[in-house]
Amino acid sequence: MGKAIEIKEICKSFGEKKVLDGISFSVENGEIFGLLGPSGAGKTTLIRILTGQLKGERGEALVNGINSSELTGRECRQFGIMMDDFGLYERLSCFDNLKVFAGIYGIGKSRIYEVLEAVGLGNSVKKAASELSKGMSSRLRLARVLLHNPDILFLDEPTSGLDPATAEEIQGLILAEKAKGRTIFLTTHNMAEAEKLCENIALLDEGKIVEYGNPQEICRRYNHRKMLKIHLKSGEDMEISHDEKSAEIVAKMLKDGTAETIHTSEPTLETVFMTITGKELAK
Amino acid sequence: MRNISVIFLKQLKDTLKNKAVLIQFVMFPLMAVIMENAVKMEGMPENFFVKLFSVMFVGMAPLTCISSIIAEEKEKNTLRVLMMSNVKPFEYLCGVSSYVWLMCMAGTAVFAVCGKFSGKDLAVFLLIMAVGIMLSELIGAVIGIFSKNQMSATSVTVPVMMIFSFLPMISMFNDKIEKIANLTYTQQLSDVVNELGNFTVTVENILVPVVNFVFAVVLFVFAFKKRGME
Repeated sequence: MGKAIEIKEICKSFGEKKVLDGISFSVENGEIFGLLGPSGAGKTTLIRILTGQLKGERGEALVNGINSSELTGRECRQFGIMMDDFGLYERLSCFDNLKVFAGIYGIGKSRIYEVLEAVGLGNSVKKAASELSKGMSSRLRLARVLLHNPDILFLDEPTSGLDPATAEEIQGLILAEKAKGRTIFLTTHNMAEAEKLCENIALLDEGKIVEYGNPQEICRRYNHRKMLKIHLKSGEDMEISHDEKSAEIVAKMLKDGTAETIHTSEPTLETVFMTITGKELAK
Repeated sequence: MRNISVIFLKQLKDTLKNKAVLIQFVMFPLMAVIMENAVKMEGMPENFFVKLFSVMFVGMAPLTCISSIIAEEKEKNTLRVLMMSNVKPFEYLCGVSSYVWLMCMAGTAVFAVCGKFSGKDLAVFLLIMAVGIMLSELIGAVIGIFSKNQMSATSVTVPVMMIFSFLPMISMFNDKIEKIANLTYTQQLSDVVNELGNFTVTVENILVPVVNFVFAVVLFVFAFKKRGME
């Protein structure tokens, strides 16, 4: 397992505003990595730097061992990039949208049908992109990204603004790509999505990485309260400490059948982010 | 070459569904056919409407089409997606401009048939129209590259297009305007088209379009270096 992405001390400013301030982390091959942060935290800027669309002022961003500022078009073909603002040819059908890129990549028509089927647009092949719902447009943009079987996928807020069912479908597709061994770098402000998909995440705030690691480990690391939340059949809620002393109480409640649900009180990524920055992640 | 043909075919399919661009290719040739057949006045020069509309067509259709196509692709970021897919700016511009050029030449063929041009007249007409269309495409590309979106492209395209397409017509009625119009390639093109039967080409007829072309190339290079294709 080599490193697919390596970022060392990347800095980027727009005018007076410092958007990225000494960012460093790496992503292993075949990993799903999530960059989490509120809007304006610098997530999209980092993707643009990684894909060679922007240049960092300081530091180094290596993708497949190549400095991202020196990526050629040929090397970019190994990536699939789904940015929020990358549009579609609205007047063309789903099939024709992909046919443009199939032509550029030298891919046959059968792959177009295959990938449209995979993203659930098999019945909308002839539908114009302008007639697609937001969820279907996202799926078509994902199909465009997957068309040429890239090694690394850069997905910028892939489920942003989608209904839960469509978001879950997209997440399923992302996991399917991971199963094929692809490296996936995604940005999101949806912590549930990050916990579900990502092996590692970085929390980004005001251009700085404020936390990095496996989502579950991060949550455990911030589990200072260590309490058990018990909902009783009588409708009452109670909290007891999560230690040896409580074992007897819990055992008794289970024996009596007085406890309806028992939960540990580990923080979510949202609460971790709030603990660190004092801000909400989803804003 | 593959990327150029992909862009060409994409544009062909897209434009068939894009009424705003499609109308540019059809409007003037259709008007020429209708007016030539509907208006017959004593003393009116032969093929008056064909000559008038063909010059307006050169000054308007390629310019507005190219600027609108590039600006739309920039606005929707599809151009960026193409560039990220290893399509070179040169390949994109070749694909789009060859498509627009061919469509405009099809319109030119309608003018030629309507004007019943043949032999040397036909060859000269097709040649000067072909060159004029290319020059207009270059100016349209400059506007498209400079513009961030379709709205800003339109606000620049309209006055520029008015100058190149309408000055030759207005200059027929005003000597002072004619002096200014003489500095434009469309006026020179108009002069040659109006002298088709006699086939007289002056130094001015060649020099002005060449200077216009050089000026457009300089602007294009400047626009490309400043804004790029994304």
